[in-house]
Amino acid sequence: MAEPLLEVQGLVKRFGGFTALNKVSLSVKPGERFGLIGPNGSGKTTMINCISGALPVDGGSIRFEGREITNLPPHQRTRLGIVRSFQIPKPFTSMTVRENLGIPLEYAAAGRIRDEDAEAAEILRDIGLDAKAHLRPAGLTQIEMRKLELARAMAARPKLLISDEAMAGLSSAEVDDILAILFRLNTQGITIIMIEHIMRAVMRFSERIVVLDAGERIAEGTPEEVVRNPAVEKAYLGE
Amino acid sequence: MKTGRALVVGVIVTALGIALAMLKVNPYFYFAGYVILQYIVIATAWNILGGYAGYVNFGTPAFFAMGAYTAVFLIRSMKAPLPVLIVAGGLVAALLGLGIGYLTLRLRGTFFSIATLALAVVLQTAIINWEYVGGSRGLSVIRPQGPPFGNYVVFLFTVMGGLAVVSVLVARFIERSWIGRGLAALRDNEEAAECMGVPTLKLKLFATTVSGFLLGVAGAPFPYYVTFVEPNSAFALDYAVNALAMPMIGGTTSWIGPVIGAVLLGTASQLATVTISSEMNLFIVGVVLVGFVVLAPEGILGLVRRLRGR
Repeated sequence: MAEPLLEVQGLVKRFGGFTALNKVSLSVKPGERFGLIGPNGSGKTTMINCISGALPVDGGSIRFEGREITNLPPHQRTRLGIVRSFQIPKPFTSMTVRENLGIPLEYAAAGRIRDEDAEAAEILRDIGLDAKAHLRPAGLTQIEMRKLELARAMAARPKLLISDEAMAGLSSAEVDDILAILFRLNTQGITIIMIEHIMRAVMRFSERIVVLDAGERIAEGTPEEVVRNPAVEKAYLGE
Repeated sequence: MKTGRALVVGVIVTALGIALAMLKVNPYFYFAGYVILQYIVIATAWNILGGYAGYVNFGTPAFFAMGAYTAVFLIRSMKAPLPVLIVAGGLVAALLGLGIGYLTLRLRGTFFSIATLALAVVLQTAIINWEYVGGSRGLSVIRPQGPPFGNYVVFLFTVMGGLAVVSVLVARFIERSWIGRGLAALRDNEEAAECMGVPTLKLKLFATTVSGFLLGVAGAPFPYYVTFVEPNSAFALDYAVNALAMPMIGGTTSWIGPVIGAVLLGTASQLATVTISSEMNLFIVGVVLVGFVVLAPEGILGLVRRLRGR
């Protein structure tokens, strides 16, 4: 079996007296499409914040490509190749779409990019935002905003892309649109962790799924195994 | 405009300033001109942190006074020459800047601004209780004999002109470099910037330190300019208000904004001081600022851009 790309072991995160993550472990293989699901408040976003470095952890360890990264600041993790998109898009509002990509190209991918303009143009064309390159984010529609979020993450040259509810609130056709983009990124060799409430999307996309409930890992398996798991059904629907 | 050409323009402006200093006009013009040039430095310095990085500093008087009181200390203890005062004043204020830089770790937005305001109050209290630099009574400073040219006010006017040119060049360089782009990113969204690989803490420390340095530099010649330094004038509210109002009125996103704001507001308040009363000038600043915040929140630069149709 290949060395895991990301390995989380016994992760603990507390907010005061509340334990948001209780000794959660998971490992993601290179090139994998990995789903992370769970009811509201189960700790998915906390998990992502710990992996990306936005939150300090209270216990456990995180390794990326065999390297201990538990205490690295977020920008250094990004440079190593862990890039996230945000649930609520957080574009750089004073910049055009093209300039938004300039920040990760210049910082996260520093030294790994030959031609910034060509790179940005290619990403925008891939994702279908090339016609909007000179607009400010305020002039974008909701789905274009999600695409900008993904395009900006792409510009950081990720090895592992964490997509935090990139599809919430989108129409069915738009969901397919985003899914197609994520599938394409995966075929380019990018490992993807998808956090999603839209079951249709996450079931179709993921090769393997981990289910969180109330800060505990309650199930793991292929999409088929997970939906048949009684513990998962109980977590979502109650007794 | 390339950096080389900007340097040439800077040299020309400085030369013009010196030529102006050679003219034998009413000495009051130099006296008033010094204040306007000083405000170009202050507004430009403030904007590096407030405009580029989006951290609003209400504590400008603290930094300015650090420059001024470092100078007072060095004049009293060793009669240090002006260039030494300027560099030392800048360095002490830069250290203070580095200190508030670490505040940004925990405090953002309004909370950061309140902390900087508190800093000014604390430092003023400390100075009031420090007898060596004059305490609450203040201290007379005697200007050195024989400035290199003109009388001493004309000389200080020229020096401040040079400092203004240097500040503007520094701000312009930061704005157009990778540092400026990183600061703009963290101003827009600090979390997203960090996640896109921007070392936000390092950039913020850089901005607070450079901004503090230039504010201290603006304050260092102050003792020789007024010849009597006391806490109320060195920590004057004017600095806090003007440092913020000038970039806001000119436009905070570009180096030219604070310059425009400082020249306009500085000139207006000097005129008001002479023609109406010295108390009127802050009132005018206040009214103009409110007007701009309501009608043109992006300042004169924003207005111009809008009129040109984007």
